[in-house]
Amino acid sequence: MAVAETKKMTTLQVQRFIPSENPTNTYLTDEKGVWAWMTTVDHKKIGLMYLASVAFFFALAGFLAIALRTELWTPAKTFIEADTYNQLFTLHGAMMVFFVLIPSIPAALGNFIMPMQLGAKDVAFPRLNLASFYIYVIGAVFTFISLYMNGFDTGWTFYTPYSSDSNSAGVIWVTLGVFILGFSSILTGTNFITTIHKLRAPGITWGRLPLNIWALYATSIIQVLATPVLAITILLLSLENIMDIGIFDPALGGDPVLYQHFFWFYSHPAVYIMIVPGFGIISEVITTFSKKTIFGYWAIALSSLAIAFIGFLVWGHHMFTSGQSAVATTVFSFLTFLVGIPTGIKILNWIATLYRGSIEMKTPMLYVFIFLFLFSIGGFTGIMLGALSVDIHLHDTYYVVAHFHYVMMGGTLIALLAGLHYWWPKMTGKMYNETLGKISAVLIFIGFNMTFLPQFVMGAQGMPRRYYNYIDQFQPFHQTSTIGSYILGFAFLLMLYYLLKSLFSGEKAPSNPWNSRGLEWQSTSPPDFHNFDHTPVVINHPYDYHKPMEEFQLGIAISHNGHSDEHQDEIVSDETEKA
Amino acid sequence: MGRLFDFMLPENKSPLTADPTDGLFHFINEVSLILLLGITIALIYFAIKYKRKSEDDETPVIYHNHALEITWSVVPLLICLVIFGWGYSGWLNLKAVPADAYEIHVTGFKWNWAVNYENGAQTLNEVHVPKGRPVKIVLQSRDVLHSFFVPDYRVKHDVVPGRYTYVWFQAEETGESQIFCTEYCGTSHSDMLAKVIVHEPEEFETWLEINGGGPSGTPVEQGEALVMQQGCQTCHSIDGSPKLAPSFKGLFGKTEQLDDGSSINVDENYLRESIINPAAKIVNGYNNIMPPYEGLLNDDEVTNIIEYIKTLK
Repeated sequence: MAVAETKKMTTLQVQRFIPSENPTNTYLTDEKGVWAWMTTVDHKKIGLMYLASVAFFFALAGFLAIALRTELWTPAKTFIEADTYNQLFTLHGAMMVFFVLIPSIPAALGNFIMPMQLGAKDVAFPRLNLASFYIYVIGAVFTFISLYMNGFDTGWTFYTPYSSDSNSAGVIWVTLGVFILGFSSILTGTNFITTIHKLRAPGITWGRLPLNIWALYATSIIQVLATPVLAITILLLSLENIMDIGIFDPALGGDPVLYQHFFWFYSHPAVYIMIVPGFGIISEVITTFSKKTIFGYWAIALSSLAIAFIGFLVWGHHMFTSGQSAVATTVFSFLTFLVGIPTGIKILNWIATLYRGSIEMKTPMLYVFIFLFLFSIGGFTGIMLGALSVDIHLHDTYYVVAHFHYVMMGGTLIALLAGLHYWWPKMTGKMYNETLGKISAVLIFIGFNMTFLPQFVMGAQGMPRRYYNYIDQFQPFHQTSTIGSYILGFAFLLMLYYLLKSLFSGEKAPSNPWNSRGLEWQSTSPPDFHNFDHTPVVINHPYDYHKPMEEFQLGIAISHNGHSDEHQDEIVSDETEKA
Repeated sequence: MGRLFDFMLPENKSPLTADPTDGLFHFINEVSLILLLGITIALIYFAIKYKRKSEDDETPVIYHNHALEITWSVVPLLICLVIFGWGYSGWLNLKAVPADAYEIHVTGFKWNWAVNYENGAQTLNEVHVPKGRPVKIVLQSRDVLHSFFVPDYRVKHDVVPGRYTYVWFQAEETGESQIFCTEYCGTSHSDMLAKVIVHEPEEFETWLEINGGGPSGTPVEQGEALVMQQGCQTCHSIDGSPKLAPSFKGLFGKTEQLDDGSSINVDENYLRESIINPAAKIVNGYNNIMPPYEGLLNDDEVTNIIEYIKTLK
């Protein structure tokens, strides 16, 4: 028996547990049937249900994007009417933000991976976790009801007074949907914070926390603190629509700029809810595929927290042309540059991690490289938009559209794809076709740049966003962009094909196909119902690739603490290691 | 000029407002390009140079490097502070209207720009300005948020109901510049376009004189002029073709089906009510999209518009 020192300086008897390559009992075989899935409190199954919902909404909103780009092939009507176009871009934005980007990484991948990285059996409140999922579903139902009620065409920002005097019925339903959805976000955040504080396996001190966990922790704090403001804003908007109470509508004595303050007080931090968990994934993948310790662990961990806090103080940079006070405008511009610094530091830390590494360009790593390139462009153009005088010219043009697609799609979504390909073998127990994976990643890269690079140019030349019709000089840019979007669409269909194929006929995944030191890889693929059939004990930093694998497979056998000893025989008791 | 990113910007027709913006735009683009090239080259170089040779590769343990980290935190911070200061001063310039600026009032409403000049001249979707003189555009909205954007001058400001906002510029060459609405405002948002038309100063004075003064002509002529100025034809056609609202052609004396199922004979009183308070009785098949003109048109003006509509048989 080996001896490990944990943070409380108690001495633990640990032994080595090598995950079985042929697990007989996994979370996928443990509870079967539709009802078992729908009522499960297992974080892994809930994570997969979120993943499926996010994929569904992504496909739907992505399809709308293709329709929008097709309509923009010619200046005037190509195949849909102006009102339809206005509803479609609103729906595309609202769905991508509220139903895809916000829940994508924390609720889908985070739910699956976080407890495993902590060596926990589940999140702190498993039933609350399931409730969060159903609240998300109810929010989605309300959005679909609003489509039935004439739809809504306000843009995803619901700016007043337009939103209070156009198609009010649709607006009320969708905003109630977003209101409900917010609770899902708040509860998930609370659940994650509690889990990270209370359910870390012996030896996981704050300094040994995987960076993915730090990122989820920062995200959860923003979710808990910012989302209630969105709820209040939307409630006020609905009260104004239903009861004619003047809050934002100047015709009733309200102030439309106040609405924008409220809205962005949530929606800017929400940008960090979307991107910060992506940072976490990048740290995990880049260390695994360069077999190297992370450069600047604390810089990366603390910059996530710094971004979370400064991110609360920059909302006014969405309103430089709105008529907010001059002092506010100046301060918001200044703080915007400050929030750019920790983000830049992260990028440089990741690049430094590659230095003298052992780099293997598997699909997830390819996505990390794509992320670093695209997200850098998103960051630089963000600096451009933070500069006061230049923003006056660029505000509400396609330049902004291109910028936030580089951040949200080139950043968050590409990070999500990196994470999805990285953890796919763990989640499903199957390998996907590596060649097709790389082809689709390259096609996404080409299609993405072809879609959005021209938008920087036409935006700077003056093409406003949310335009159904446009003046002729912008047509070549729009057409290039449309062709790019078709390439993107094709690349995603290819991905759908090889991922589905891997589910049905993919090669069986080893427990640790990438030789990662991450704790989540020290379980079977797919994992056991309770993740590990022992309590993991951690004695190293999560990215100590210079230490032998044995030191990352330590744990204490579970004996009679609430469970039968049916697993006793699986424990490899003679494989002990000095810790 | 001839800078690397010139192709991205529209022509600069108001150097006093556009020059600081353009200078900063180029500076940020050039710095970004250098940094992006650095990042990209590092990524590609590392990927090739440190490609995995075997599963047993050993990598060095590098946790951090203080000198390097301080450099890459402080240098970007300094660059950002420069950009902040530069952007701030350019923005102050956009806010500080020269004292001798010529003032023109522009009102945004769905989906037109109404323009009023000092001597009572009025235009729709055309802002006539003199060359070589600072012009202050005072903006207001009659309904929802709009935004007044002239790419050639690098100026933009939201047009907010219930308050005045402004932009200024000084056009240095005659000709036309495009105006866009850049705050989403509904169905025809993307058609809410207008032009700035720059005249030689003397030519502008002449233009102003010809178009100035109060309304003139018969009530029908005045009504027609008002319909054009107020942008009624955006939604109401005068030749019977279908638009977003009932056509004026043959409207007077017609019996219209309303959306509550009742019907009404279109007479002077119904037309008057529909101008002052359009939401009161909506014709079946149309949406309530017209802003109320109560307080915006006086009794004589309403009467003249009605007289004009009567002539469209």
